[in-house]
Amino acid sequence: MARVLRHLVPLLFLALCVFGIVVAKITAPFLLSEMLVRIGRNSVLVLSLLVPILAGLGLNFGIVIGAMAGQIGAILIVKWGIPGIGGFGLAWLIATPIAILLGIATGSLFNRAKGREMVTGLIAGFFANGLYQLLFLFAVGSIIPFHNPAMVLPQGYGLRNTVDLSTIQYAIDDLIKLRFHLQGVEIRVPVVSYALIAAFCFLTLFFFRTRLGQQFRAMGQDPHVAAIAGIPVERNRIVATVLSTVTAAWGQLLFLQNIGTLNTYSSHEQVGMFAIAALLVSGATVSQATVGQALLGTVLFHTLFVVSPLAGKALAGDAQIGEYFRVFVAYALITVALVLHAWQSARAAREARRETR
Amino acid sequence: MRLPGTLREFGIPRLLIAVFLAVLFGVAVATHMDLRGLISDSIVRVGRNGILVLALLPAIQGGLGLNFGLPLGIICGLVGAVISLNAGVHGIWGVAMAAGIGVALAVPVGMGYGWLLNRTRGQEMMVGTYLGFAMVSMMSVFWLLAPFKNPTLVWAIGGRGLRTTLSLGGIYDKVLDRWLEFTVAGVRIPGGTLVVFGGLSFLTWLFFRTRMGISIAAARSSTRFARAAGISDERTRLQATVLSTVLGAIGIVIFSQSYGFVQLYTAPLLMAFPAIACILIGGATVTRATIGHVIVGTLLFQSILTVALPVTSQVIQGDISETARLIIQNGMILYALTRVGRA
Repeated sequence: MARVLRHLVPLLFLALCVFGIVVAKITAPFLLSEMLVRIGRNSVLVLSLLVPILAGLGLNFGIVIGAMAGQIGAILIVKWGIPGIGGFGLAWLIATPIAILLGIATGSLFNRAKGREMVTGLIAGFFANGLYQLLFLFAVGSIIPFHNPAMVLPQGYGLRNTVDLSTIQYAIDDLIKLRFHLQGVEIRVPVVSYALIAAFCFLTLFFFRTRLGQQFRAMGQDPHVAAIAGIPVERNRIVATVLSTVTAAWGQLLFLQNIGTLNTYSSHEQVGMFAIAALLVSGATVSQATVGQALLGTVLFHTLFVVSPLAGKALAGDAQIGEYFRVFVAYALITVALVLHAWQSARAAREARRETR
Repeated sequence: MRLPGTLREFGIPRLLIAVFLAVLFGVAVATHMDLRGLISDSIVRVGRNGILVLALLPAIQGGLGLNFGLPLGIICGLVGAVISLNAGVHGIWGVAMAAGIGVALAVPVGMGYGWLLNRTRGQEMMVGTYLGFAMVSMMSVFWLLAPFKNPTLVWAIGGRGLRTTLSLGGIYDKVLDRWLEFTVAGVRIPGGTLVVFGGLSFLTWLFFRTRMGISIAAARSSTRFARAAGISDERTRLQATVLSTVLGAIGIVIFSQSYGFVQLYTAPLLMAFPAIACILIGGATVTRATIGHVIVGTLLFQSILTVALPVTSQVIQGDISETARLIIQNGMILYALTRVGRA
């Protein structure tokens, strides 16, 4: 049944997308230009989920924390007024050590909650969001010196709801400008972003083949056997979480340089849910996911993202229905994947018990 | 850092929370705030949220962990409330009808949910969380398309789709809060709601002393012995889930009448988290909870939420209470998750 579902989910999703495209009469150039942009900005975030899955940690709902680290980098370079590619590079540099520290903290937390990593990651994201608010809504400008009237609220402390990132907007996307016209619609191709995504794909594939990558794979298959074989399981779980968190921080910055504005208190909130739903659309599971699935999932999920409000409007005269529907699809996908995973591991545990009896 | 035994048993987070609450009240006294009003508001909120916290108890006792799927029961209660409003039933009978329909829906929903949880052992919390999220967003589509025609409920423009919040003013707004209301030393106490909360708590306490209740707790604490005694833990887990879902449905009806509004669409999405924080602050763990934990926890956490906003706004501008809620609530849940199996 699992094998059928692996192909059933992407096929069903494809059918849903095609149905929406036909109903809403979406034209090819519009869809192409939207998709090129969306794939460019979301792929790295989805790729950041792969390493923890390999290491047997499941879906890392804690990438939200990585996204926050990325945003700290973005906020600082705007404060210092460093524009363009230099600013973007500096933001990556600042975000990296923060993401490493937060990744170590999250990983240690996962080690204390073995078997409940996913729910712990989800709650850790909410908790970190509270600390993030405390930092930027209250500490900045009062305890931490921060003088920039364009960024700080009129009361003298706390950041405004949006931070203007226009100084680094398209810093990567338009490093090499490529535009062409298709049926009168201008289509921009973010060449360098795609090169970066390709680099991340190859790095991930390469990593899977390294010694550490093989250790992760062994841990994912059976942590007890891996521990007996001399693999430092607890340490490696932290390393996997750190890698994921750092990639997520970089991915969030890539996302933000395309969007051009940072919603200080909400840009990061749904990063985890959308990245995870996108990965699962491809038929990936809680314990098995490939680079190809990450890319396929991003394409399918974001097609639905573009199509569903328009289809909702065409069908029921209300875009809101489409909005709710796509959120429902995202949650339902995650639910189904979790149920299948738990169902299979429960059955495997039962069979293992029967054999030892 | 070593702590004396009794303190360690109490738990560092719980200690911090109690100290925080004491500090908040200290500031309130020092700045001559309306202490009676604060205490009164706290008690109103205990009555309002109590049953939703109580709903978590059967799930923990049944060995299902923290019931993050509470929104399933909440949705059943909301459907009941909307149907009773659409029918135009006023007063206490409106509340009764809403709760009745909610319970009638919650039984089959709880059975389905329990069936699913029996097949996803070990991942109940994650499955519950996302099943709840999925159902809340599915119901958002339903609220938009539902065939309700009562003009007080649907959007004025277009005449279709339920409003985001439905006012209960003049229908059954605070009907239980006002029933048996009395004042002690200037502190207003919503007798009726507290009586309902107390009554349901007592019934739950009583239930866990009946044959069915004892077998639910027995199956949780020792599956093998229970099986040897002829108790199927699949069945007791199902019963616990149904009970939890039913209490969730009643809980939201009581919440809504006290709050004065029925909140639809995404409102139930995150309602499980503060309730879970309440029972944990009261002293419950992922595997053990008592009625005492429910009452103490609700009192502590809801008092913090009530007092934090007016008190902190005296010291600093801006609303820090929402941030404090996020940190306390999720910090408490994280603490509990990392302590499973360590006593």
